[in-house]
Amino acid sequence: MQRIIKFILRNKIALFYLFLLFIALVLTVQNNAYHRSRYFNSASWLSGTLYGASFSVNSYFDLRAENEQLLEENRRLRRLLFNRQAPDSVEMDTSAVDYEVLSAQIIKNSFASANNYITLNRGSRDGIVQDMGVITSRGILGIVERTSSGYASVQSVLNTKSNINAKIAGTGYFGSLTWNRADHQLVQLEDIPRLVTLHVGDTIVTGAMSSIFPENIPIGTIEAFDLNESQSFYQIDVRLFNDMTNLKQAYVIRNRHRPEILQLESEIGNE
Amino acid sequence: MSSRFFLLILRFVGLVLLQVLIFNRLNLFGQLNPMVYILFLYWYPVREGRTLFLGIAFLLGFTIDLFSDTMAMHAAASLTAAFARPALMRFVFGVNLEFQNFRLSNSTHVQQFTFLALLIAIHHLVFFTLEIFSLSNLLLILKRVVLTGLTTFFFSVILASLFAARKE
Repeated sequence: MQRIIKFILRNKIALFYLFLLFIALVLTVQNNAYHRSRYFNSASWLSGTLYGASFSVNSYFDLRAENEQLLEENRRLRRLLFNRQAPDSVEMDTSAVDYEVLSAQIIKNSFASANNYITLNRGSRDGIVQDMGVITSRGILGIVERTSSGYASVQSVLNTKSNINAKIAGTGYFGSLTWNRADHQLVQLEDIPRLVTLHVGDTIVTGAMSSIFPENIPIGTIEAFDLNESQSFYQIDVRLFNDMTNLKQAYVIRNRHRPEILQLESEIGNE
Repeated sequence: MSSRFFLLILRFVGLVLLQVLIFNRLNLFGQLNPMVYILFLYWYPVREGRTLFLGIAFLLGFTIDLFSDTMAMHAAASLTAAFARPALMRFVFGVNLEFQNFRLSNSTHVQQFTFLALLIAIHHLVFFTLEIFSLSNLLLILKRVVLTGLTTFFFSVILASLFAARKE
């Protein structure tokens, strides 16, 4: 017994180091699971407040560019509105709407690490919950992973854990969108069969298989493609429409039917 | 004693803010974010309890983690660098370390830079290994360690010379 105590006393610093390292490793490994720890992320009160304060100063610097972008989006939306048939009163009923859209500001963004997260200044107080889709006026951004009352942490498409259903615009061929972390402007589309004819410059949009994003939200264009090792599927590099290094505004999408879809799917899974 | 304590807290908060608000957004060449908060480990007093030092290093890394969505990778890296620090100091400063009036500021520049570079090397090695987390990417790990390490070193030296100008 005395020897054990002596041993502990002699090596107390090394043991303390190993103890703390163990804590750090456990937390890190937990992070590799899809759902991160509830408490330690940039949507927490402390970091959210700091990033919010920093954002409130920084946002003044590019108001002009932001305004232009919003104006451009308004122009596009107005054109769609004017060119559509006179709205039916049934369609104007809000209970018949499939998707709801909330606006948010991006207060923290990263694109240089392996698992990038974006923080928004809206949280559960504004009705944001896990697994809502996040887009900008140009294209897809990511999926809400965690919320606090005032902030939300979004798993960016530039995240090695990200996996989003996508298809080639105008066709029904779909695959999954991942990221290999090599370049922050390129994401990878996998599982497109080799019989599909592809061209560099083809547009990639979100697919219909997801209950998170509506169909046909722009993602990017084909930069390059190649067959994978098995020679039966393409490995496609997609250049994002979004400039991931310069993001300010975002829209959060809520699919009103998602709970119903999930329930149906889980019932099938249980049988 | 209390003024030194105050200085430590100031340095802690200052470096965290600097790291989180400026250097985490630097994205040099699109992907390099120097981790200058390691200067805290470099500046930490030579003769202080090691247990406390390890605790503070862990806390420092963990605070950075909170802001960068990296869970505890910074914590593990910073902790390991802190654990290795005494051995590094013995290696770099050798017998000078035994002198009662030894301080960082009266060692040579070569010694200071070697010490800093070794701290950065250990820290970055642990950090990027955890971040990439598979040995199939060994080359990527090394590339990241070297490139980010160089930028961290560059900015750390600038910051160190900026703040260490007044010698006590």
